[in-house]
Formats: sequence, structure tokens, C-alpha cells
Amino acid sequence: MSEPVITGRSYLTVLIMLLFFTLLTYEAAFIDLGRWNTPVAIAIAICKASLVILYFMHVRYSSWLTWVVIAGGLFWLGIMLTLTLTDYVTRVPVGGF
Amino acid sequence: MSSEVIADAKPPEVTVNYLNEKYGLKSWLLTTDHKRIGVLYMISITLMFFIGGFFAVLMRLELLTPQGDLVTAQTYNKLFTMHGVIMVWFFLIPSIPAVLGNFVLPLMIGAQDVAFPKLNLLSWYIYVVGSLFTFYVVVSGGVDTGWTFYTPFSTAGSNTHVIATTCGIFIIGFSTIISGMNFIVTVHKMRAPGLTWFRLPLFVWSLYATSVIMVLATPVLAVTLLLLAVERTFHVGIFDPALGGDPLLFQHFFWFYSHPAVYIMILPGMGVVSELIPTFARRKVFGYNFVAFATFGIAFVGFLVWGHHMFVAGESLYAAMTFSFLSYLVAIPSAIKVFNWTATLYKGSISYDTPMLYALGFIGLFTIGGLTGLFLAALGLDVHVHDTYFVIAHFHYIMVGGMVMAYFGGIHYWWPKISGRMYPEGWAKLAALIVFLGFNLTFFPQFILGYLGMPRRYYAYAPEFQVLNVMSSAGASILGVGYLLPLIYLLWSAKYGKKAEANPWKATGLEWQTSSPPPKENFAVTPIVTEPPYNYPTLENPLKESEQPGKQSLEEVPVG
Amino acid sequence: MAESETVLEHHFRDLQQQREVSELGMWIFLMTEVLLFGVLFTSYTVFRHSYPAGFAAGSRDMETTIGAVNTAVLLISSFFIALSVYGAQTGGRKKLLWGLAIGALLGVVFMILKGVEYYDHYQHREVPGILFDYAKPNAHGVEIFFYLYFVMTGIHAIHLTIGICIVVVILVAAYRGRYSPLYHNPVEIVGLYWHFVDIVWIFLFPLLYLIDLKR
Repeated sequence: MSEPVITGRSYLTVLIMLLFFTLLTYEAAFIDLGRWNTPVAIAIAICKASLVILYFMHVRYSSWLTWVVIAGGLFWLGIMLTLTLTDYVTRVPVGGF
Repeated sequence: MSSEVIADAKPPEVTVNYLNEKYGLKSWLLTTDHKRIGVLYMISITLMFFIGGFFAVLMRLELLTPQGDLVTAQTYNKLFTMHGVIMVWFFLIPSIPAVLGNFVLPLMIGAQDVAFPKLNLLSWYIYVVGSLFTFYVVVSGGVDTGWTFYTPFSTAGSNTHVIATTCGIFIIGFSTIISGMNFIVTVHKMRAPGLTWFRLPLFVWSLYATSVIMVLATPVLAVTLLLLAVERTFHVGIFDPALGGDPLLFQHFFWFYSHPAVYIMILPGMGVVSELIPTFARRKVFGYNFVAFATFGIAFVGFLVWGHHMFVAGESLYAAMTFSFLSYLVAIPSAIKVFNWTATLYKGSISYDTPMLYALGFIGLFTIGGLTGLFLAALGLDVHVHDTYFVIAHFHYIMVGGMVMAYFGGIHYWWPKISGRMYPEGWAKLAALIVFLGFNLTFFPQFILGYLGMPRRYYAYAPEFQVLNVMSSAGASILGVGYLLPLIYLLWSAKYGKKAEANPWKATGLEWQTSSPPPKENFAVTPIVTEPPYNYPTLENPLKESEQPGKQSLEEVPVG
Repeated sequence: MAESETVLEHHFRDLQQQREVSELGMWIFLMTEVLLFGVLFTSYTVFRHSYPAGFAAGSRDMETTIGAVNTAVLLISSFFIALSVYGAQTGGRKKLLWGLAIGALLGVVFMILKGVEYYDHYQHREVPGILFDYAKPNAHGVEIFFYLYFVMTGIHAIHLTIGICIVVVILVAAYRGRYSPLYHNPVEIVGLYWHFVDIVWIFLFPLLYLIDLKR
């Protein structure tokens, strides 16, 4: 069987880490970090998502093609965000939006 | 009667193929055979093509005179909307992938079927359901927002069937996504042994790139239309300035899909041309690797240019400059393809069969369409010609002069494989010529009209534009004849045409190695590929008689 | 092996090819979902950029605790779904069945809590388009915040509901002994879908519930 097997115990470890990060982000939201609150929250979310992807979705042991597909999807999301924002962050307000 | 035994006489055979292996409506409606599904799509798409064309006929009739005298202004709005919606989503996007792609792709890669045959059938049913929504809209009064559904008119202003239309498009989007997903997985996982990526026919590369665009862009359209419907229903949202929203955000999302969508439309056409040119010039494609990479280049850069539809809509100047620059870039891979096709023709042994006529027409007309796209990508010029007939001429040169001609070329080319019959070559050549002449007469005057300032989507116009409009309408009637002829003679040939052999064009490619029409399982024995693609004989590499394309079938591998 | 004969579809060479095909298909589908939710996240970014005060005000009106509990609920459900895959891989029938069952159950718990939240917002007249009444400043921004809240969590909830239904279907099939270490593709790919829905929530939670909460 060429399929990777991640044990239940490993999954449990991952879950505990995920719950820890959830608690962390919840508590961090109530602390004044100035303009760093949002980046910290996003960073923690990325950590949690990575754990789910790598272990629960066993991407850690998946083929390179799977990695390419995931990278492609995320990259395309990046295109949408970035190029759309090139409009919104460079707009000169004319007394409206 | 001589008693001599003729050495290679074959007993009359009743060959079982995918068409006659099982009869009955149920065997067609519940089929999972990719070939039958391709035929089902062909029927549906042909119907939608003529319905969409019907709306164009009405428009061109109205535009014979400067006054709005045939229909009311709102009716005219409905005509161009329905024409656009049907042609874009129910004809152009599915046409080559769903008809020719479905039929030919597994054959080309030596597979028995696509990766998900049942999902394939489901995609056709989804297409049909989406079409039913469109029929409902047509008979109940239409929709008048333009196929682009710009807000806030579509969310708050229009009193026509916007939501029903967007429902139909939302649904058919899933057909596209399923097809795209199916093709990607098929190309990755179902290729015959020995068929490496760089031995694939270029049509496969094109279908693959098209499928990547399909799966990445279509979901964006789906959720954008959903947001539009929610906003229209609940009168709250993010696209209406009165509610604090931005109408331009709708346009960002709409065009994030719709610009790549035009590449969904054209890339398969380019793929067909990449098959037709080598076959009818009997030469391998010049710069195969470049054409393959250019295909991916178009798919990728095509996602980076959507803002060029909004130069004058209110996006920031810096965004406009960025999108303008990127729009110039996307022309490069397209140009590479045109150069390579032309180089393939050079010193080729050219025959002017009907598919080749369509391919040559494609190259010329696509080039004109593509170059005028560059005009539009220039900010300064776009200010003047945006929303004029210049834009309409530009995209019709690409979509009709390019894509539709490629579709017809492909249909004619693979018709022997699909139906087992040859079409009547004389009538086919005549129709191709009529299409070419009719097309140019219809759309070239529109470049001039746009340059002179005639706006698009207007049912009345200044009297000085009448002559050009009459020319355009006259051309449209000729074009209509050109499109009706194949419908008639192809149907005729399906029953009465000359029976086709396995490889009537003596072309390379696995699809020609099996019978016309193919058996249900495509190949009796899984082929093993050892040759490069388009392995036509050249002076430097003359092939043995037995190795000539068309001389060999899988069952007759020469000994020694 | 007789069992593998019956589950191998005719157009595949072997079970390995079939497995790879279904996995690749699901990953491609998940990428379409990334783009789908991507539109919503992009809208969110654009409007948070334009209405920072409105979004902060809206976020402070959210039930942060319920949101955090729901996050934990989904994470735990993902754990159980992953466990069910482990059970399928190793022939552990108990893990397979209980993993799917508890996973689906926790999904239902999430939906119930969500329903409680939605009702709560309705009570506070914070449902744009249905019952929205916000007299304070930043009204436009707050309305758009709540609009995006309902749309994003609503579409997420639809995905979760579909996931629960599919998990139940797979659970029934698993109960009937359809899966084995040799063949359990449906369990794996449903798992992938479930984890994706979880990941969407992982991002929704901080973006909707944790804006500018500092005391």
C-alpha cells in the first residue's frame, strides 16, 4: 500500500496544537498590538490552516502534483487580491467612495 | 462468375461502433461514453447557436435604418443581451471543448474514456437545465442588462428577468467546471504508455490549458452572480453606491472571470488549428515546444488583464496603466502561435480541403482581431473607441472569425471519425467561402463605424452611419447562409455520405489509428506511443512506406 | 482479489490509478472553492480598507465566544473525520464509523450554534435586507460588514450542510462494509472536502470576530 498512513495519535497532537492556536488568537485579539493585531491573527490562521492541510489532508505525504495544484489555487487567489487592490489602494477620493 | 479467389477480398463486415452498439433513446440519454456525450453536446450547442444567431438577425434588421423603427429601445436591449448571453455561455464556451474535446481527447491520448465518465454525462444534463432557464427567459420577456450585467442597473434598475438569467448561467457554470476538471485529470492520469507530455498533440495542450482556466475562473463568476442575485433580492449589497458599495467591484469580479473566459473560447480554437495546419501542410508544427508553452502563457497572462475592460469605468489611473501594460504582454504568446503556424505552412505540401480553408481563415481573421485588441489596450485610444462598434468588431473577429471558423474546421476535420461518413467536399468549400466573405462584409465595416464614433448597444444611430450598417446587415445575411449550409449537408452526409476509412486525411495522431467511427472502447488494444507528434516525412527524415501516417493501423504492424 | 474487481471501474488500469484520479479530481474541485471564497475574501478586504471604523464596530457586536467555540467544534470534527480515514486505511471499523458519526454530529452542533447567533443578530436588528436598524455613525460600513458576515458564513454553512449530508451517506456505506484498506477513496475525498470547509472557517473567525476588540 503506497498510501501514507498518519496515526490517530499524530492527529491528536495536531488537534491539540490547533486548539492551542485558537485560544492564542482569541486572547491576542483583546491585547492592543496597534496595527499588528490583524497581521498576527492572519499569521495564526495560516499556521492553523497549514497544520490542517499538511496533516489532516495528508499533503505532507502527497505527490508533487497535489502540491502544484494547491500552490496554483492559492497563487490565483493572490492574483485576484493583488490586482484588485492595485485599483482600490491607488484611488484618489473625489468626495465619495 | 469467376471462381478465382481475390487475395485481399474481405467479407462484408458489419462493424460495431459506438453509434450502433446499442440503439434507443435510453442508451443515449444514460450513456457514459464520451463519444456519445460529445454528440449530445453537438446537438444542444447547434440549437443554441441558431437561437443566439436569431437574435443577431433581429438586431441587424433593426440597424438597417438609422431610426429605431423595428423594435422599441428596451426590446433592442433585450436582443443584444440575449444574443450575448446565449452566444457566450451556451455556444462559445462549451463548443470545442464539450463537442470536439469530449469526442477526441480520449482517442488522442489512447484512453478508453475520460477520467469521470458519469460526471461527463452530468455536465451535459447541467447544460440542458441551464438552457431551460434561458428558454424560460426568452419566452417570458427577456433580460435587458447586457450580457455583462453591470450594477446597479442589474441589481436595482432593470425590471426584467435578471435573476432567472443569472440562475441559468450559474447552473451552466458547473457544467464548465466539471468538464474542465475532467479534462485535467484525464490528461494527467489516463495517457497511453509512452505518451509523454511532449508527444501530445497540441490540441491536448490547448484543452488542458483551457480546462485550467475553466476551473479557476468560473467559480468567480458563480459567486459574483450569486452576490448580484442577493443584492437584487434583498436590496443590500456591495455593488450599489446608494448602499455604500462600489459598482466597479462587480466589474472587477465579472471581468476577472470574463476575460479568461474569452481565452476559454479561443484556446481550443487555436488547438484545432494546430491540428489542421500540420495535417494539411503535411509538416510537423514549427516550434512545437514554443506553441505548447505559448498556450500556457496565454492561459496565465490572460488572468492578469481584466482591468482593461474598465479603463473608462472609474478604476484608478495606476491600475489602468498596470492592466494596459499586462494586456500588451498577452499578445506575445498569441503572436508566437501565429508565427509558428505560418512557418509550418512554409514549404509544406498544402492541400486546400475544407478544414484547411477554415484554418487559414482563422489565422488571418484572428490576427486582425488580435491586433485590434492591441489598439484597445492603449489607454489613449481606448478612451475614444470604448463602447463603440470598434470593440464589437474586435471581439467578433476573434470569436466568429477565429473561434467559430476553428469550430467548423474541427467539425469538418473530425466528421469522418464522428459519423463514419465524408461530407460533400464541394458544398463544404462553397460554404466556407460564403462564411469568409459574409463574415468580412458583416464585421469590417464595424471597425470603421466604431472609429467614426457609432456607439454600441444603440438601436438608433446618426444617419451618416447608415451605409456601413447596411453593408454589415447584408454581410450578416450572407453569413447566415454560410452557417445554414453545413447544417444541411452534414446532416445529409450522416446518412448518405461516402463511408469514411479510418484515416481519410492520412494524418498522424492516435485518433486516426482506430476505425471511423470508433468502437465503444476506442481501441481494441491500448496503443503504445514511441514517435514524436506530427511525424510526417521530410527530406531529412523520409519515412518508410509502412511508416507513413495513414498507411499503418494498429492491427497491421509490419514485420521486420 | 474479488473485492477489488467489483470496485474497479472499467476505464481504469488498476486501483492505484483510480485512487489517484479521484484524489486529483477532489483537489482541483477544492481549488475552485478557493477561488469562490476568494471573491468573498477580496470583497471583505476592499470594504474593510474603505470602512475600517464600520467593520470594527460591527465586529465588536459579534458573539466572540460563540465564534471561538464554533472554531473549536469544527477543528475537533476535522480530527474525527481524519480519524475515520485512519480507520479505513487500517481496517479499524470502529474508528471509521465513529469518526464519521462524531464528525457529522459536531458539524450539526456548529450549525445549531450558528443558528443561535443568527437569531441573536436578528434580535438586535442587525440583519441587512431583512431587519437592519443601525442609528449610530458608520452605518454604511456596519451594514456592509453584516452583509458580508451573513453572506460569507451563509455560504460556508451551505457547504458545511452539504458536507454533513455526504458524510452521513458515506457513513451508511461504511456501515454496510463497502470500504476496506484496499478501497476507501470516498472516505478520503470526503475528508478532504470537510477539512477544506474547516479551513475556510479558520480564516473567517479572526476576520469577522476579532477586529479591534482591545479593551
